[in-house]
Amino acid sequence: MPQVLVEALAKSYRVAERAPGVAGALSGLLRRRWREVRALVDLSFSLEAGELLAFVGPNGAGKSTTVKILSGILRPSSGRIEVGGLVPYEDRLRHVARVGVVFGQRSQLWWDLPVLDGFDLLADIYRVTPDRYRRRRDELVALLRLEPLLAQPVRQLSLGQRMRAEFAAALLHDPEILFLDEPTIGLDAPSKLAVRDFVKRLNREQNVTVLLTTHDMHDVEALAERVIVIGQGRLLADSSLDRLRSSVFAERRLWVDFAEEAPALDIQGVEVRTRTARSLELAFDPAKIPAPKLIAAITAEHAVDDIHVEEPAIEEVIARFYDLHDSGEA
Amino acid sequence: MKAVLRPYVAAFRARFLLLLQYRVAALAGFATQCWWGAIKIMVYAAFYETAAAAAPISLPNVVTYTWLGQAFLALLPWVADPEVAMLIRTGGVGYDRLRPLDTYSYWYARTLGWIIARALPRAILMLIAAGIVLPLVGLEAWAWRPPAGPEAAVLFVAAFALMIMLAVAVLMLANVVVAASLNERGVNAVLMPLVIVFSGSLVPLDFFPDTMRPFLHAQPLAGLVDIPFRIYFANLRGVAALEGLALQAGWTLVLIVLGRFAMTRMMRRLEMQGG
Repeated sequence: MPQVLVEALAKSYRVAERAPGVAGALSGLLRRRWREVRALVDLSFSLEAGELLAFVGPNGAGKSTTVKILSGILRPSSGRIEVGGLVPYEDRLRHVARVGVVFGQRSQLWWDLPVLDGFDLLADIYRVTPDRYRRRRDELVALLRLEPLLAQPVRQLSLGQRMRAEFAAALLHDPEILFLDEPTIGLDAPSKLAVRDFVKRLNREQNVTVLLTTHDMHDVEALAERVIVIGQGRLLADSSLDRLRSSVFAERRLWVDFAEEAPALDIQGVEVRTRTARSLELAFDPAKIPAPKLIAAITAEHAVDDIHVEEPAIEEVIARFYDLHDSGEA
Repeated sequence: MKAVLRPYVAAFRARFLLLLQYRVAALAGFATQCWWGAIKIMVYAAFYETAAAAAPISLPNVVTYTWLGQAFLALLPWVADPEVAMLIRTGGVGYDRLRPLDTYSYWYARTLGWIIARALPRAILMLIAAGIVLPLVGLEAWAWRPPAGPEAAVLFVAAFALMIMLAVAVLMLANVVVAASLNERGVNAVLMPLVIVFSGSLVPLDFFPDTMRPFLHAQPLAGLVDIPFRIYFANLRGVAALEGLALQAGWTLVLIVLGRFAMTRMMRRLEMQGG
């Protein structure tokens, strides 16, 4: 049985709406008009214990709504959902004791309290026994290099420092599963690397199941074996990153620098995209001619200085994917 | 039991210790309350000079009543907990729902920490000023006197504890309304005059016309000021004092049940509609 099971999940909100201007405001006093917003239309997937899954999608695709439903904050409009055998919104107390959540845009630490006091308070809130708490805390402090920050009030931390503290806060009670909603948003490059490295280790070494949402394709590339792409509340793809890439971009590029003048090439299934005096950019379909074979064919006949294969960047892949499905931000 | 209560005690302690640090606010509150206390006492003095026979409470007791009221003003539930309004605005309420806790008790503990931390330094300063300094400088007649006797003192301790529980129960209702309406101003605008008049903070409830008294003495807010302070100087004693305590306890219970019900509904709506 999978650890997370989501079937035909749907969630709509009602939002009050009024026509702009004075007349609109006045008529809004008399009669409210409601508009139905469908954040999730039909979403199904499952997740095994120990997996690391990235949720990708444009703003408004329903990523955060999914995380909020899975973590027990929101109640779905319809559909079935189970996490570790529990229905989150029906068994909230038991469910939330077993999950950890980090929202990149919000803080769960107490703004005015020193980091360590916040940790102590969370240990009390989750009723972690003192021994276990001390062990877990020391472990997380070491992993996330929090030692110098412990005595500082949270409001004095930089965003990167705070995010590291947030991760520790979400993990003090040793959750089986961790939900991350845009954990790297707004972070500088070293902090992003630190977060990715930590998430990866957590998943590999402590076998914590991780579900993260992100806009940052480098997060996906660095972390996830499996990617779910959603758009307008529906599942568009659920596959490995490589398969996703090849499903939208059949072609790959090969850059060749020649020792002498670039030759005229005539190989089946290969197209010359750009040409300079001593280099060529070639487009090829690996299904028709694998990269090693192509490289062998070129180097057998010509003297080559340098050669490299380029895959399309994941941003390109995803953007192309939305285009194909017409699912950019509404 | 200890394990059950541990999170709530911790939430209370954290809020209490944090807010106790705001010394300037405490001093400013103390100064204001001294000023108002002095003015009220002068008004009473003028009133008693002409109509002492008609008054239901003696002048020294009214003076003590006034100082008690000023000392514990910050315990009155006249503004909803600002932290709740902030939680709603920032979406922090989502994190509160991620804790394996009964959200009502969790907020109750925090609000309790808030009002006690706010009231404690002011009450101590007021006790020193009105209870010790005034008699020392020869103004015994205008001082805060000790309780009427050992029995009154014991009963007052109970009434005082119930007064705080009741105040937080009222605040919790206000908190839920704030959370549901996403704004604290409306609630506070309604709450403040109601609490000040009906608790007996403005004047003791016996100063109101006879026809209103049965109602005034039965409504929940009487347990915030009028009942505990009259027990203090034995204006309420014996069976009447016990009835007062029962009224406080009964209303506290009713308001907690009501608050929990309102909160469950509000949270359900939040779950449906999003933060």
